[in-house]
Amino acid sequence: MFYRSHVLVCGGTGCTASQSNEIIKQFEKLLEDNNIENEVKVVKTGCFGLCEKGPIVVVYPEGATYSRVTPDDVKEIVSEHLVKGRIVKRLLLGEKEAEDVSKALEDVGFFKRQHRIALRNCGVINPENIEEYIAREGYLALGKVLTEMSPAQVIDIIKKSGLRGRGGGGFPTGLKWEFASKPQADQKYVCCNADEGDPGAFMDRSILEGDPHSVIEAMAIAGYAIGADKGFIYVRAEYPIAVTRLNIALKQAKEYGLLGRNIFGTDFSFDIEIRLGAGAFVCGEETALMTSVEGKRGEPRPRPPFPANKGLWQKPTILNNVETYANIPAIILNGPEWFSGIGTEKSKGTKVFAIGGKINNTGLVEIPMGTTLREVIYDIGGGIPNEKKFKAAQTGGPSGGCIPADKIDTPIDYDNLTELGSMMGSGGLIVMDEDNCMVDIAKFFLDFTVDESCGKCPPCRIGTKRMYEILEKITEGRGEDGDIEKLELLAKNIKASALCGLGQTAPNPILSTLRYFRDEYEAHIYEKRCPAGVCKALLRYVIDEDKCKGCSLCARKCPVNAISGELRKPYHIDQSICIKCGACMETCKFGAISKV
Amino acid sequence: MSEMVTLTIDGKEVKAPIGSTVLEAARLAGIKIPTLCYLKDINEIGACRMCVVDVGARSLQASCVYPVSEGLKVITNSPEVREARRVTLELILSNHDKKCLSCVRSENCELQKLAKDLNVDDTHFEGASNHYEIDDLSPSIVRDPNKCILCRRCVSICKNVQTVSVIETNERGFNTIVSSPFNMALKDTPCVNCGQCIVACPVGALREKDNTDKVWEALANPELHVVVQTAPAVRVAIGEEFGFPIGTRCTGKMVAALKRLGFDKVFDTDTAADLTIMEEGTELIERIKNGGKLPLITSCSPGWIKFCEHNYPDLLEHLSSCKSPQNMFGAVLKSYYAEKMGIDPAKMFVVSVMPCTAKKFEVERPELASTGYPDVDVSITTREAARMIKEAGIDFVNLPDEQFDDPMGDASGAGVIFGATGGVMEAALRTVVDILTGKDNENIEYKAVRGVEGVKVAEVEVPGLTLRAAVAHGLGNARKLMDQVRAGEADYHFIEIMACPGGCVTGGGQPIQPSSVTNLIDLKAERAKAIYAEDESLTFRKSHKNEKMMRLYEEYFEKPGSHKAHELLHTHYVLRENYPEECCK
Repeated sequence: MFYRSHVLVCGGTGCTASQSNEIIKQFEKLLEDNNIENEVKVVKTGCFGLCEKGPIVVVYPEGATYSRVTPDDVKEIVSEHLVKGRIVKRLLLGEKEAEDVSKALEDVGFFKRQHRIALRNCGVINPENIEEYIAREGYLALGKVLTEMSPAQVIDIIKKSGLRGRGGGGFPTGLKWEFASKPQADQKYVCCNADEGDPGAFMDRSILEGDPHSVIEAMAIAGYAIGADKGFIYVRAEYPIAVTRLNIALKQAKEYGLLGRNIFGTDFSFDIEIRLGAGAFVCGEETALMTSVEGKRGEPRPRPPFPANKGLWQKPTILNNVETYANIPAIILNGPEWFSGIGTEKSKGTKVFAIGGKINNTGLVEIPMGTTLREVIYDIGGGIPNEKKFKAAQTGGPSGGCIPADKIDTPIDYDNLTELGSMMGSGGLIVMDEDNCMVDIAKFFLDFTVDESCGKCPPCRIGTKRMYEILEKITEGRGEDGDIEKLELLAKNIKASALCGLGQTAPNPILSTLRYFRDEYEAHIYEKRCPAGVCKALLRYVIDEDKCKGCSLCARKCPVNAISGELRKPYHIDQSICIKCGACMETCKFGAISKV
Repeated sequence: MSEMVTLTIDGKEVKAPIGSTVLEAARLAGIKIPTLCYLKDINEIGACRMCVVDVGARSLQASCVYPVSEGLKVITNSPEVREARRVTLELILSNHDKKCLSCVRSENCELQKLAKDLNVDDTHFEGASNHYEIDDLSPSIVRDPNKCILCRRCVSICKNVQTVSVIETNERGFNTIVSSPFNMALKDTPCVNCGQCIVACPVGALREKDNTDKVWEALANPELHVVVQTAPAVRVAIGEEFGFPIGTRCTGKMVAALKRLGFDKVFDTDTAADLTIMEEGTELIERIKNGGKLPLITSCSPGWIKFCEHNYPDLLEHLSSCKSPQNMFGAVLKSYYAEKMGIDPAKMFVVSVMPCTAKKFEVERPELASTGYPDVDVSITTREAARMIKEAGIDFVNLPDEQFDDPMGDASGAGVIFGATGGVMEAALRTVVDILTGKDNENIEYKAVRGVEGVKVAEVEVPGLTLRAAVAHGLGNARKLMDQVRAGEADYHFIEIMACPGGCVTGGGQPIQPSSVTNLIDLKAERAKAIYAEDESLTFRKSHKNEKMMRLYEEYFEKPGSHKAHELLHTHYVLRENYPEECCK
């Protein structure tokens, strides 16, 4: 059946939370009411990336992108656009008066500088329909590999492409496959790490929600390359949409004979099972993940032996991250030179980032390696709200660190980020402005690590707790001489002696903030002052007597009655009662209240 | 000889077999690396990070699990390595209940020793610490998580060696705790009270339930006739508590010390072991002759019995109905002996010194009170007995040797070897083969059932029958054997099972040797040597040649397996649930 129009509605987690399912229902109902349900097709897609502006609705063939659509807006889109052919300009994303609306979308800075490989199908196809994936060259790479190439050739292509692990470590993927291809074993496994856990990161979720088949296809290719016939996808149970779509995709792939026995009539067989993770961050660490897949308490074990020799159930195993896999079919089809032509010398291809924090365009972007932080923040991210000053960007989540403002022009790649004391990580990128206290930021990440430590080794189990306690002390104004040195001693030794990557990198947020913002630590400890005005114990709200008109508004607003005074005379804040909520400052119409 | 690799440790070239660890290679080079969580073959998980070394990798590596390789360069003693170990240890101490002065493991604590060796400052990283309730509801084992350092040695031995799996790490991060499922009291779990967790613990987080107060109280009561019996394994280990080398027999000093503590009589449980052989041997012969349930399985080990009740309730009929020697002895003391001595059994207090913590549970079994009084009133471990001797100020080392009391004092060598794995089987064979062949056989050493192999089998030819026997020690091995029995694949007549790996000599109530010792020598074998030496030193090495015990039959029980014997010397077993059903939902 041919449709004259297609309405693509984002079905990612963010837009689903903003009622995109309701929007789809509305469309279906109204199309029926207008008797055009056979002319216009509604498609629920994966994430478009611009979550800040969601829910996103794109209408083809015009390519009109509507943002922040509500169920109430649907009526207008149907009656105006789909019935009468008139674009609803007020809902358009980007340049609202442009003649050619699809060009307008490309001009939106957010999309203009992106290069979508891993996200190639996200927001384009219905992830619950395998035929849409196949129509976009899906499973062509698997067919090519199985019918035209030897396993060694496949590994060679991946090696030549320069693809490195997108989960954080950046280990060369082809090399990993080669290691696992060597041992002779009666059984090998291919695992997919979909236990994305960095606060604010959702790259893998979006790929699984928007294009699950790309991961399935890549795992089968990996299976062929190393000689495995069994795969496991370890995905967080907190990703219900991703899990549902993966299950649908697996079922369809099996029905189409793209998984199972004798794929494409060859003697290669491959099957995949899903394992749900209960949400422990440490299960993103490869050995912990495998332990969890085996049905045990998810804890890391020492390496060697490495998974390529002894992984899942002591059999040779490869584990790659979702985004890494999503790149594979494109590399096979377009060739390694195409892929290695993108990016920097040692970091090839693109990287998906989840941008959040103090940024206008919160969302998901895929950029070529080597793009500068400045481009990501200002050109793609739309800059920092309220004209605030950029202070630092945090990458790598709780294992990473901060990149300060003076390094904003550094091209983003694995080595540069490591050099700066941060890391690529899985792709979380949190932007911070002048209102962020860096000690507080370090405390935030340590709090996360303390919570997520598995408890197996003392440096992580007790050491991170002790570091957190020191940070807590400093931010509460109880910091003392020697605290920084103690933090440094702990950080150095935890890094050196913790059992797994989680513990070894746990001190990074502290080390990197100490490296670039040591003065903030010192201000907290020695001057009992929080320069960013975040740490409550270290700040006071005061009323400027000259500016105060004695209107009493602040006193009435104060939740704890800490403000008193006589009408038309300057008011006072009793510091012993004040809980530093800031309500008075927000209320004052004369700018008479400030934080000091 | 396995293939060797050459590596360099602290600048010194070392040859080590492929597959060995850096820790082992360092030992070959005479370099000692501190360890804490490492228990050879039992807990090799690299968790505690005390044994970290520099192998040139991005971070320091745990030498206990890091494999050697050709050309590897290892540094075990750089400022960085020492600092990392010290910081880790200081962190452990910052969340450890440091009440060393009143800790049962003081001076035998691996943490204390490390702290001293590594010259640490225990106040460096003060901060929050965990406070947990102590679980002392089990009759055998006390769990104090406040002292636990989460090395997981107990977890590994319980889960992997014993396959009992009643303790695991729960919660995570700073709140990680080793506990039973849902933090239930140990007594409500299928814990078999074997106490292997206690001897694996490097600190005082696991200990036996101390019953010395009850013994002191009885000893101080002039109304009571207080007697004590000691199991065979106690005499070959108690000396370790007083500085004697491992494997020293201290039978005479032990008897002397117990007498000085004030016991009215000091008896040898081995006599009852001879009694067990007569009863169990008779049971075996009867089952073979009358087509009874086979294989017959021994019932001396209370940890094993509880394990069987929980895990093989369908196979309880295979168990010998014989009480354990401890309880046979108790029943005989409160009947025959009490009558003979004219003592009111109500005024009699029987103490047992056992290498075992499960015996504490056994004495509380309601069915083990044949005379109307508990067969045994209090059971204490070898460790508790040693503590009493120390507390009383008795100079154990310089005591003269003294003899067990009559009339039950003498035991055969067969009774003595009950203390080592395979001992009950060997003792039984010595008697059963004599009975079945009708002669006094000279070849009495059944070496096939000796030794530290997990499951041992032996075949003995007797007229008209090839007697097939199997021996398992350690409950993991017992489980393998029992699964075969359940599957109908165990074609044996007689099976001996001991709950503890090595049998009673390495029971859960025995003196605790630190991992620095147990990682290097096989404690099971060393202590067993002393047991077999004692056997060899005795004139009578067959139970049925124990004249005093045979007199007991003449005077009292008439014959093995008699009605009276069944009344006093046999028991029955109970079906036990594993976890309450509501837990499994």
